[in-house]
Amino acid sequence: MEKNLETIFQEKIDAEIRIEPKDWMPEKYRQTLIRQISQHAHSEIVGMLPEGNWITRAPSLRRKAILLAKVQDEAGHGLYLYSAAETLGISRDEMTEQLHTGKAKYSSIFNYPTLSWADMGVIGWLVDGAAIMNQVPLCRSSFGPYARAMVRVCKEESFHQRQGFEILLTLSKGTEAQRQMAQDAIDRWWWPSIMMFGPKDDESPNSILSMKWKIKRFSNDELRQKFIDVIAEQVKVLGFTLPDKDLKWNETRKHYDFGSINWDEFWQVIQGNGPCNKERLDARKKAWADGEWVRDAATAYANKKAKQNKAA
Amino acid sequence: MKNTEQINQLLHLADNALIIGHRNSEWCGHGPILEQDIAISNIALDYIGQARNFYQYAATCINGNATDTKPATEDSLAYLRDVRDFKNHLITELPNGDWAQTNLRIFLFSTYQYFLYQQLQQDADAQIGAIAEKSLKEVTYHVRWAGDWVIRLGDGTEESKARMMNAVDYLWPYTGELFLDTPTSIQQQWLQKVTAVFEEAGLVIPTNTWAQKGGKEGNHTEHLGYILAEMQYIQRAYPNSEW
Amino acid sequence: MSFQLNKQYYGDYGEAKNGAADISTSGASKQEWPLWEIFIRNKQGLDHKHVGSLHAADAAMAIENARDVYTRRMEGVSIWAVETKFIHASNPDDAAALYDPANDKAYRHPTFYDLPEAVKYM
Repeated sequence: MEKNLETIFQEKIDAEIRIEPKDWMPEKYRQTLIRQISQHAHSEIVGMLPEGNWITRAPSLRRKAILLAKVQDEAGHGLYLYSAAETLGISRDEMTEQLHTGKAKYSSIFNYPTLSWADMGVIGWLVDGAAIMNQVPLCRSSFGPYARAMVRVCKEESFHQRQGFEILLTLSKGTEAQRQMAQDAIDRWWWPSIMMFGPKDDESPNSILSMKWKIKRFSNDELRQKFIDVIAEQVKVLGFTLPDKDLKWNETRKHYDFGSINWDEFWQVIQGNGPCNKERLDARKKAWADGEWVRDAATAYANKKAKQNKAA
Repeated sequence: MKNTEQINQLLHLADNALIIGHRNSEWCGHGPILEQDIAISNIALDYIGQARNFYQYAATCINGNATDTKPATEDSLAYLRDVRDFKNHLITELPNGDWAQTNLRIFLFSTYQYFLYQQLQQDADAQIGAIAEKSLKEVTYHVRWAGDWVIRLGDGTEESKARMMNAVDYLWPYTGELFLDTPTSIQQQWLQKVTAVFEEAGLVIPTNTWAQKGGKEGNHTEHLGYILAEMQYIQRAYPNSEW
Repeated sequence: MSFQLNKQYYGDYGEAKNGAADISTSGASKQEWPLWEIFIRNKQGLDHKHVGSLHAADAAMAIENARDVYTRRMEGVSIWAVETKFIHASNPDDAAALYDPANDKAYRHPTFYDLPEAVKYM
């Protein structure tokens, strides 16, 4: 007896068999993946900007090289992810278009400004730390190209969080001005970075579907709690504090309790009202528009050469 | 023991690499397409690596001569000297301009470095020879990569050709300075390579031989001051700190 | 059964209050640089292995881009670039017909054969 395609699909997922691009898949699965992977890719690309503007101001040659390599890695990660999405039948140009027109979103965190060198440390430690916590389970995502891209990303990402922590550790041992700079950066980035995990689970009605399809394996709240538990300990090593007076260890839950998140701010930033939304998108659009003649020239040259080779 | 002239030569090599690396790093996040964004960041990283090697060696030499001053480091040399102390060629500090100007600069300058480093590989000072040898591998790729772009843009569309011609007009007067104190053979080899690529790109070597000069003696364009203001600001605003 | 796709996961937030993003996949831009599949040999003696894809205007650029994108940490000694449109792939629906018959051909695998101790390392 023929099993229906959706049943076969779900059996594969349940048996931990990866889905590959040419396999049959429910349309909603494909759409969800395109959306998630492309938004993830956009986040990497827009995420280059807040750190990128410090490459020319990095305070030592060693830091300059590390930061440049890190931001370049983010471009690479964006590229791996766009490639994974392209296997689902969408072109990179279309995804770029969606980013530029505001149809596709990217991580809200990158709409906050980087105001001091310490922000480079905090982004590495908190923002990349939160990203890694999200990304490691994605290496087992049910869609093969996404999982493979994430394996590559995670492998390369491991130095990002460490270099951030190292920046903060150096500042913590530095002058009073440097310690203040670091504490100020932590104060500004803490809440936005725990918002990175997305809304609370009870406001995420489609969790069940994404879990069932194993696109994602842990809920937002589970990951957020795990992150807070880790960071609450690490901050002690640095000798700084997290800006949450309600943060304390709960012996019964075996987790840290924490204060309530300002979800209104989160939605405002997502809607485009964050401090840097406009700058970020404008920067991306400008790079794309300024590059058009370059891309066209390369195409024209390639076509010319192909014709000459044919004639020869 | 190295004399002042030898140390200045090391600083000159380091400053060249740092300033052109810094300029190229400005593209990171703003390239014409993701793949090229990554490529130019690689080139910037190579240059910053070269600068660090030369600065570190210069610092060792300076400290070997000094008796009582604070020891020099790669960072004190990069971050605490002012415009008049920088010894880079003027072409490295000019603005990036568009993708044509950026690539033409990389091509012209890295071709010069290619022949220069080939010579420095044989330097009596083994340390300089070792840095040159490592850098030569990187520069070989820069010549190829940027040369491909010069050809592609020169022979691409009307617009790309026009932009490439503008870039040639703008940058050419800054190439003469490169050969003021190098053997004539380097200039000849350089011109041969540049001519070959220009021919394939459909570009013409300018007849104007006027050369802007002075970088090595600290007579810079106005652009360098802005680069240093940005690059050195943290070191200047928070002196005597570890980063 | 219809799903309201407005849940947010990491890398998947944003449409809840804006309506779903348009994910139509029609009409690729005519100007886009073609897509290339990249294969890299990690070291002499190994096969080239598929590592991913990228865009490039021509083959020379594809190889240079692959060098810059996929070998930033010295991952390779040799690169192949194949324009994606030239790859012929088997149809996954045929997988059963193509590969299952090999399932019962255990004699193709060396461990199928019991050899005396003396020739163990054949």
